Amino acid sequence: MKFTLNWLKDHLDTEAGLDEIAAKLSMIGLEVEGIEDRAKDLAPFKVAYVKEAKQHPNADRLRVCLVDTGTEVVQVVCGAPNARTGMKGIFAPAGCVIPGSGDVLKPGEIRGEKSNGMLVSEREMGLSDEHEGIIEVAADSEIGAPFAQIAGLDDPVIEVAITPNRGDCLGVRGIARDLAAAGLGTLKPVDLSPVPGSFDSPMIWRRDLPEDAQDACPYVAGRLFRHIENGPSPKWMQARLRAIGLRPISALVDITNYVTYDLNRPLHVFDAAKVKGDPVMRLAREGEEIVALDGETYRLSPGMVVIADEAGPEGIGGVMGGEPSGVSPETSEVFLEVALFDPVRVAITGRRLGILSDARYRFERGLDPQSAVWGAEVAARLILDICGGEASHVVNAGVMPSAERHLSLRPGRVAALGGVEVPAADQTRILTDLGFEVSQSGEKIDVKVPGWRNDVECEACLVEEVLRIRGFDEIPAVALPRQGDLPDAVLTPAQKRVSLARTALAWRGLEEAVTFSFVSRREAAMFGGGAAALRLDNPISADLDVMRPSVLPGLAAAAARNADRGLSAAALFEIGPQYADATPKGQTRAAAGLRAGPAGPRHWSAAPRGVDALDAKADALAVLAACGAPVDNLQTTRDAPSWYHPGRSGALRLGPNILAHFGELHPRVLEGFSLRGPAVAFEVFLDKVPLPRAKDGKLKAPPALSPFQAVERDFAFLVDADVPADKLIRAAKGADKALIAKVDLFDVYTGKGVEADRKSLAIAVTLQPKDRTLTDPEIEAAAAKIVAAVTKATGAVLRG
Amino acid sequence: MEDLDHLKSSLMDEVAAARDPGALEAVRVRVLGKKGAVTQRMKTLGGLEPEARKAAGQALNALKDALAGAIEARKTALADEALSARLERETVDVTLPGRPAPAGHIHPISQTLEELVAIFGEMGFSVAEGPDIEDDFHNFTALNIPQEHPARQDHDTFYLPPLTPDAARMVLRTHTSPVQIRTMQSVEPPIRIIVPGRTYRADSDATHSPMFHQVEGLVIDEAAHMGHLKGTLIDFCRAFFGISDLPVRFRPSYFPFTEPSAEVDIGCSREGGQLKIGHGKDWLEILGSGMVHPKVLENCGIDSTRYQGFAFGMGIERIAMLKYGMPDLRPFYDSDLRWLRHYGFLPLETPSMVRGL
Repeated sequence: MKFTLNWLKDHLDTEAGLDEIAAKLSMIGLEVEGIEDRAKDLAPFKVAYVKEAKQHPNADRLRVCLVDTGTEVVQVVCGAPNARTGMKGIFAPAGCVIPGSGDVLKPGEIRGEKSNGMLVSEREMGLSDEHEGIIEVAADSEIGAPFAQIAGLDDPVIEVAITPNRGDCLGVRGIARDLAAAGLGTLKPVDLSPVPGSFDSPMIWRRDLPEDAQDACPYVAGRLFRHIENGPSPKWMQARLRAIGLRPISALVDITNYVTYDLNRPLHVFDAAKVKGDPVMRLAREGEEIVALDGETYRLSPGMVVIADEAGPEGIGGVMGGEPSGVSPETSEVFLEVALFDPVRVAITGRRLGILSDARYRFERGLDPQSAVWGAEVAARLILDICGGEASHVVNAGVMPSAERHLSLRPGRVAALGGVEVPAADQTRILTDLGFEVSQSGEKIDVKVPGWRNDVECEACLVEEVLRIRGFDEIPAVALPRQGDLPDAVLTPAQKRVSLARTALAWRGLEEAVTFSFVSRREAAMFGGGAAALRLDNPISADLDVMRPSVLPGLAAAAARNADRGLSAAALFEIGPQYADATPKGQTRAAAGLRAGPAGPRHWSAAPRGVDALDAKADALAVLAACGAPVDNLQTTRDAPSWYHPGRSGALRLGPNILAHFGELHPRVLEGFSLRGPAVAFEVFLDKVPLPRAKDGKLKAPPALSPFQAVERDFAFLVDADVPADKLIRAAKGADKALIAKVDLFDVYTGKGVEADRKSLAIAVTLQPKDRTLTDPEIEAAAAKIVAAVTKATGAVLRG
Repeated sequence: MEDLDHLKSSLMDEVAAARDPGALEAVRVRVLGKKGAVTQRMKTLGGLEPEARKAAGQALNALKDALAGAIEARKTALADEALSARLERETVDVTLPGRPAPAGHIHPISQTLEELVAIFGEMGFSVAEGPDIEDDFHNFTALNIPQEHPARQDHDTFYLPPLTPDAARMVLRTHTSPVQIRTMQSVEPPIRIIVPGRTYRADSDATHSPMFHQVEGLVIDEAAHMGHLKGTLIDFCRAFFGISDLPVRFRPSYFPFTEPSAEVDIGCSREGGQLKIGHGKDWLEILGSGMVHPKVLENCGIDSTRYQGFAFGMGIERIAMLKYGMPDLRPFYDSDLRWLRHYGFLPLETPSMVRGL
């Protein structure tokens, strides 16, 4: 919402300056977004007198002018045909910035003649496209007078952001009222008195609305004006409209725009000669079309309100008028429309048609219903003043809806909710200044809400009005009382695990990424997703149109982007949501990671090695360990989903509960993301990791620190190549559970000395006696049990 | 005795001449062994007169001790020499790069979130979470944003198909506020929560991302008023930016779910084109807040005549950018390893109010 300082002062009697007004606006909830003080920008440009304009000796079309600026006489070379001796124009001194082009004006020489400045055109001043000649000002203009003043551009423009609840401040008067209440002056009276008509309107309003849509346009008023002239509007009106970014068109159009911005009362005028029969407020019919004032053709649908005549729709109610019945310079009779429309219907209509007009913006926020009455008077006064002619009596249709709302305010509520004591008398004064009718009723203040404040609907709203005008600065800041000396734990155990998983992965050298929750359908399909229920109706692009089934597509795309930048060694992780369906339960949290390229940086001490599935397994196990999963009890199975390499992937599970997948990404997935070379990945499903039982607390059993020497024995077994190592380890562990403390697999060998379909697995078994030192025979006996158990489970043969 | 002196000096020379432990041992055997020169002389003592035996014995013992000492000293010297030589041989180029074990980094969004948790945790808040795919009721209606309300137009909502054919379409939550509703529906006041999470708006340009993060705060009890709102948020802003006298101001504003509503600005300076948080001529908006609207309380089944409270919300990326100086929003989601390493945090930098943020 834009307005000028002088416009504001039409409604507000104030001594306050621009800065003070701006500061106050922001502090009462009308946030200032910008102030354009054109007098400041245009300060260098002043009225100057052309003492002499003579032909340039070396150029037919140029003149050499001696210009009196009031302080000096300057020579300027000018190409304008209207530059002549004795005229007054606008002089731009060398060094200033030309508004139209943004260029800095430099002193120079044109075909041998010095030129120290410029006589400017309207285009150069950024006012219009006019460049035929230079600006000429009246002969009695004072030399040296600022151009901004001469041109009526010395009125600063203020732009405020109006929140959706404050439709009333989409008119300058509403803003003035707020400022007056906040102590920045007094609200001037506005003349809303009736303008008598001199004849009966030949046109009347009719309403033809179904019973269930009476509120679509509950009331409409109008009157006819005849013998008018629709020339240009007065200069002052044009200047104000231009200042707020509107293009003056004709007196009638400008008047409707002016009233819209001045009093927040949208109006429309029909060229009466172009309306056939009485205008009717009705719902649009299927298939009806209208050419609106913006020149576009809109296809209407039932539910939209139209203003129609016998020929069809002539306007879209509350949104935009129609072109065929619009006014032109030849118009001599107009019919005025001052209507009330249902805000929701206007919003839907505007949204469906894609029209965001000044009228829609105001109607969908709600208007003061009474404005339909005084709007016809205000408009009449301006039309008669500016366009002449005569006005008919007012005609109307429908019933003025009752907008009366009564609320009560307990004065103590301001302190209880607002935290600041405001004397009841001050509360009454503030509400009165804002237009509320206030009366004392026992302990309470009875309040009648003015029609233009449809946003005020409960006691808390009244508290806000009081506090807002009083100023939030008045509220003392108080620390929130502590609920105890020490705060409780902030995170639940499940939330804490997220933090631990993140720390663990970062320590392992993976960089944390945050990628979008939506991916392309193609990417989702590679990870088993893309269901219709998870597709966005209105994605911002086809690449981001479905909720991701896994965190991995985002990481794979990220790795590919990094590879394109020359960073092919990527180690990335993300802890975030994945979506199985659109219900709250369908969203689960995964800690996923991806490694591509060589494992670790190249270094002099070690031969380079590519990442493999077991790097990903180690990452997954690190997350699980950080989350407190019983990692020693996990089984590794070979059943990873389809986006993993079937031979180089697995699942980590506790029985049927799958906690993680890991492995090399499937070559087709790599291809799908244009990833060169293998990449490995893991997904840990954090919600699946069992939580520790709260009742167990933090207590730990004491450790079994045996005083007796542990014994370590190595064994190498030959097994079939397809025997899982895990099976052998478990068999060894199970050979004597009381004695065997741990089994480490330290070598896997194939090649010379081992048959092609066999492999050698070497384990180190630690025997830990608890009550005595082991004797050699006991050690031998244990070793024999281990060999027997492993052989039985895996068909292994002990290597000699 | 001269004979002994001579012997001593010749044996001492032999000890000194021993070049390695083996040679030294040979000398020791030659001198002090069973057949050694000194031992042989000892054996001759028996044939002397008692007086002479005593004198000669003392002299021989002194000689023996001196030689044993010299051998021991020589042994130590040889060991020292050997060790020095070994150390010399074992020299490596210590200017070579050390063995790498690079740590990764925590994303600035996560780090900022942990900072928020640390600060609000001190004030007795806990963390609540909710789904990203929301229904119309939780994201809009319960928050007093009816269908076709102009406030909805600001939300640029992403829609998904309805769960059942006759239901309203699902939405990607446009703010974290639906979690306020879910919490109030399920928990009895008093309530003090913060709600961090992903949020979505169908808007994408240099300063808008279709996905971003917010943190929401909610306090509901019987007495929380706007003074507490101010106190809480001033304390937060000062703690987060680490400026104990940071100017903070509250401006009236509008949110459908709060009444009164306030936007929160912090002081800053833009001198020389450089944005600096702190005392300065300008203000920077960073938060929205307000007293929870009685309709919202009632929509959640909370008695608005008994309970009241406040809510606030802010963009996590935005406050991270202000605190850590990232100039652009988009790289937050681009996963450029160079950016992540530059702006990310080492995993040991766990935010805590006790250690300082």
